[in-house]
Amino acid sequence: MTTLRMSAVSWRVRPRGVTLTVAGLALLVLLMALNMRIGEIELTLPEVLSGTFDADAAAHFVIMELRLPRALTGALVGAALALSGAIIQSIARNPLASPEILGVTTGASVTVVAGLVAAGTAYGTAGGLLATLGIPLLALLGGLAGAAIVYGLAWRRGLDGYRLVLVGIGVAAVFTNVKFWLLTIGDVNDTARAMVWISGSLNGRGWEHVTPTALALAVLVPLTLLGTRSLDALRFGDDTVTGLGIRLNLSRALLILAAVLLAAVAVASAGPVAFVALASPQIALRLVRSGRPPLLSSAVVGAVLTTAADLIARTAFSPIELPVGIVTAVLGAPYLIHLIWRSRK
Amino acid sequence: MSATAVAPRLHGLRHRRVTVLLALLACVAVAIVLSVTIGSKSVPLADAWHALTSPTGTENDLVIRSLRLPRTALGVLAGIALGVAGALMQGHTRNPLADPGLLGVTQGAAFAMVASIILLGASSLLAYIWYGLAGALVASVAVFALGMVGGRSGPTPVTLALAGTAVSALLYALTSTIVLLDEQAMDVFRFWQAGSIASRGADVVWQVLPFVLAGLVLALVNAPGLNALSLGEDVARSLGQNIARTRTIGVAAVTLLSGAAVAACGSLAFVGLIVPHLARPLSGNDHRWLLPYSGLVGAGLLLIADVIGRVVAPPGELEVGVVLALLGAPFFVALVRRRKPVRL
Repeated sequence: MTTLRMSAVSWRVRPRGVTLTVAGLALLVLLMALNMRIGEIELTLPEVLSGTFDADAAAHFVIMELRLPRALTGALVGAALALSGAIIQSIARNPLASPEILGVTTGASVTVVAGLVAAGTAYGTAGGLLATLGIPLLALLGGLAGAAIVYGLAWRRGLDGYRLVLVGIGVAAVFTNVKFWLLTIGDVNDTARAMVWISGSLNGRGWEHVTPTALALAVLVPLTLLGTRSLDALRFGDDTVTGLGIRLNLSRALLILAAVLLAAVAVASAGPVAFVALASPQIALRLVRSGRPPLLSSAVVGAVLTTAADLIARTAFSPIELPVGIVTAVLGAPYLIHLIWRSRK
Repeated sequence: MSATAVAPRLHGLRHRRVTVLLALLACVAVAIVLSVTIGSKSVPLADAWHALTSPTGTENDLVIRSLRLPRTALGVLAGIALGVAGALMQGHTRNPLADPGLLGVTQGAAFAMVASIILLGASSLLAYIWYGLAGALVASVAVFALGMVGGRSGPTPVTLALAGTAVSALLYALTSTIVLLDEQAMDVFRFWQAGSIASRGADVVWQVLPFVLAGLVLALVNAPGLNALSLGEDVARSLGQNIARTRTIGVAAVTLLSGAAVAACGSLAFVGLIVPHLARPLSGNDHRWLLPYSGLVGAGLLLIADVIGRVVAPPGELEVGVVLALLGAPFFVALVRRRKPVRL
């Protein structure tokens, strides 16, 4: 481990973490290039390049308006979810913790389904403002409200990681049942639309989804990286941490807030994409071999996972597109089973 | 203490236990009456009696005999099944937060149902229930097998919870794929997933009954062995218990009971979790009493929740699964907050 020092600020760097991050980014570029090439219209690499940089090229619209914003949304959403998961797992000291447990994704799902059902079939024709702004806004508010409920109920003279996870499971069960009840009220067409959304989908995502996710990451990533020091300390029991003189509850609350915001923004853009937040930090942890999920490497793993999953979702059952969240769930569940196998040793 | 001093006290205990059992039976009877008479069309008690004893084909007779009675009977069956299954699971895993939903039963049934629609062309409620039952059985056996592989000495709470989560997530993803491709599957799935005992008909009750009865017999056979196991596996072994056999019977009972309930009614959250906590203060930790108490409390809870669902949102109804989730969540949260949390 190396320590970088710039006047008062020091930074510890793991060589394995740097290697993983660089390799991950390279893999991401490769997957993005594949994503640009494959689709209803197959493009060659020169066509992709000219389509990206030359506004008059034939492929310009396909690349710049359809494929690139979709792929970027996927990568950013994956990074945000994974970073959120890494923070939450570090705080809960539990590899099963995720934004889902914190009520963010389930809260967002309920709110969006309620919005889709309330708007009824009118939503299909309304389009415009409701379509582009309404759903992401509903998801953001619902995600924040869900997290506030879970956090409030789990708080009892401090916050216990396990209590947080358990309260989260209980609240998630209620949200899920209410969600399915709402689905029974709606018209079956609205239900299908809602099902696509609550599965987590990147279909039809444009620059209006890229920008907010990118902005949120630009603000929140540096902040969470600054919180790394207290995350390291939070790994130890509450007594030790208090002994270390860290304002435990404040720094924990701020980190959780950052994690909630990251997840809420991601869900607002793409819906609740399953397992990325759960699996990415654990994969990164094993690759980097650190004591807790490494933040930056987790984000890169999350971006790679989501981009790869969307490539599969778009092409596996062509011409039918699956929601990306279904692919991540089908890939993520065997990973959990693998975790169980390992625990045998 | 001499034997003569213990005997009256034991006698008093048994007396109290029988009294509680009768009181619970009375509560279930009241719940049954409420469930038969209250609804979007309330039926006077006298008319209900008339419908049961000498039906003449009046409107009330039809409502009672073709709608309310099967619905109530299914509520009783599912309540008993889930209550007993929850008590068994909590006993076997020694985890007060264990719940049959944990076992992948719910998603196993859901997947089998929607798969039967697009692969086998199933189209009747009865067919769905048979496939759902098969799916529930297969999924829970898979979860237990995975849990066994994961732990060294049988399924520990951690590996069981993990296995349940993993299998559920995988099945849910596959189910979502199907329902997005097929509108009929979507329509069945969304109503089933919300959890309901309404409009199931008497034949569903008869189809599910044998599974619940078989599960109840296994559960009662399992009770003494489970008592020994609750002292710890080492003590149980030194008492001459065959631990593998006791575990297997327990798993079979849980699978039959929760599989039947879930296939017929869909996702009924929290019943298996709450009921043993309500029953345990009355019965103590003796499973020979805890299991029957849990069955009766489960039946009462399910019927009352269903009646609440019929009256809170007129003119429509709230599915019983939603009411149970709303009732159960505060209970669950209180449970988690009350004590030092149990480690999953």
